Amino acid sequence: MPPARSWRAYPQVYRLEAARCKKCGKVSFPPRLVCNKCGEREFDRFNMKRTGKVVTHTIIRTPSDEFSGEAPFAVGVVEMDGGGRLTTQIADVSFDELKIGLPVQMEFRRLYTEGDAGVIHYGHKAVPIRQ
Amino acid sequence: MRDVAVIGVGMQKWGELWAKSARDIFVESALLAMDDAGVDKIDSMYVGCMAPGVFDAQEHLGSLMADYLGQRNIPSTRVESACASGGLAFRMAYMDVASGMHDIVLAGGVEKMTDISGSDATHALATAADMKWEGVSGVTFPGLYAMMAVAHMEKYGTTREQLAHVAVKNHDNGSMNSRAQFPMKITVDGVINSVKVADPLNILDCSPITDGAAAAILVPADMVKKFKKPGVKVTGSGHATDTIALHDREDLTTLAAVNAAAEQAYKMAGKGPSDMDFVEVHDCFTIAEIIVSESLGLFERGKGGPAAESGETSLTGRMPINPSGGLKSKGHPVGATGIAQVVEITEQLRGEGGPRQVKNARVALAQNMGGSGGSSVVHILEVM
Repeated sequence: MPPARSWRAYPQVYRLEAARCKKCGKVSFPPRLVCNKCGEREFDRFNMKRTGKVVTHTIIRTPSDEFSGEAPFAVGVVEMDGGGRLTTQIADVSFDELKIGLPVQMEFRRLYTEGDAGVIHYGHKAVPIRQ
Repeated sequence: MRDVAVIGVGMQKWGELWAKSARDIFVESALLAMDDAGVDKIDSMYVGCMAPGVFDAQEHLGSLMADYLGQRNIPSTRVESACASGGLAFRMAYMDVASGMHDIVLAGGVEKMTDISGSDATHALATAADMKWEGVSGVTFPGLYAMMAVAHMEKYGTTREQLAHVAVKNHDNGSMNSRAQFPMKITVDGVINSVKVADPLNILDCSPITDGAAAAILVPADMVKKFKKPGVKVTGSGHATDTIALHDREDLTTLAAVNAAAEQAYKMAGKGPSDMDFVEVHDCFTIAEIIVSESLGLFERGKGGPAAESGETSLTGRMPINPSGGLKSKGHPVGATGIAQVVEITEQLRGEGGPRQVKNARVALAQNMGGSGGSSVVHILEVM
């Protein structure tokens, strides 16, 4: 990935920085210039909570090359507590326990390596919250 | 706006066409369409193609294809809307004729997908999703539709067997289509036991990677008598978009772009879902056909799965879906798919459907989709 493409996404990739619409309250992750619900252009920046629930999920058995060593792995859409949705890997989960509504928390993890030099990309993955 | 009709269509057998280049297959299909219509000069053309730069290291297809079709110096435009590129090229051609700008317009589509490896093709197709914010998770296209399937199964009780019935029915239809890439019949057990791709979807729930092209010729409806074949009138056209990322949609069990595009087309045609004699829809995955059939209003929400299972959508059912075999059996060269739907409908409405002819078909709908539903194009065609 070109360095600038990686660098400019640091606030989201590393801090889960989102934007809450000042008018309707909808959370955009990543932040946008225009709210896609009400058209407002003013937002409050905040870091999303790191806990949430699985909205839907799958198990990737046939990945693209970047993730070829990882399969099978779980992926889901997670709705964060306090707003904001993202698509993320779900790690440290047995496939049997994957279900809609599963409580998860975001943890800082190694995501994938890239290119001949094996540049490592870090970011967040969801893991189940175990009581 | 002028009324518009299709007066010629062309398409060759799809598959892994290693001996032929993208320009070869596009020009062959375009010539079939021109010969079908009886024209040798066109006024303008549109080329639907999703990702030639990634699949084939070639851009600037508008110029390339006009040049190789022997139509130098005409306006020629490449159109891109991911897997809906073909449907959108048809809509652009429709608007070109309807506006009065040009009389004889070619709408074509092409994709050359098998020159690169399967994983590279998976990556190329993934560019139709939000690469930055979905791609980072490693989710694939089958993965996105699988997540829709999981949500649909949870909300409506749609079953693994019902998904399989979509694939079985489409291969039954495709077995009667000499141009289909995979014209073999399959079974429900075969689908359920095929290799897993992204749970709950298996390889036989997925449309294949395909080389292929298709073309249609559009003219003003009042010019139809000048040509060889009976015209098929385009009475409705709709196009809509939705969020690029699946996770940004409030409801993962419906496709809002499909619904919005269909509403536009129904309104323009003065028709509703129950007026359709059959439909060709974008079954890139089995779950897609089920959700699309609901979003088009053909079935109530949650009833798409039971409809597939009960045979309502088979060739002899109440609402035949994908008599061509669909993307599943016929193949899915992404830029060509939307045009191939028009090819099937045109031939069916002319009574040229052969063994898979839908009886007394007079009105039909084509629905083409981009990405995970980030765009959709719908057309309604009728016997003149």
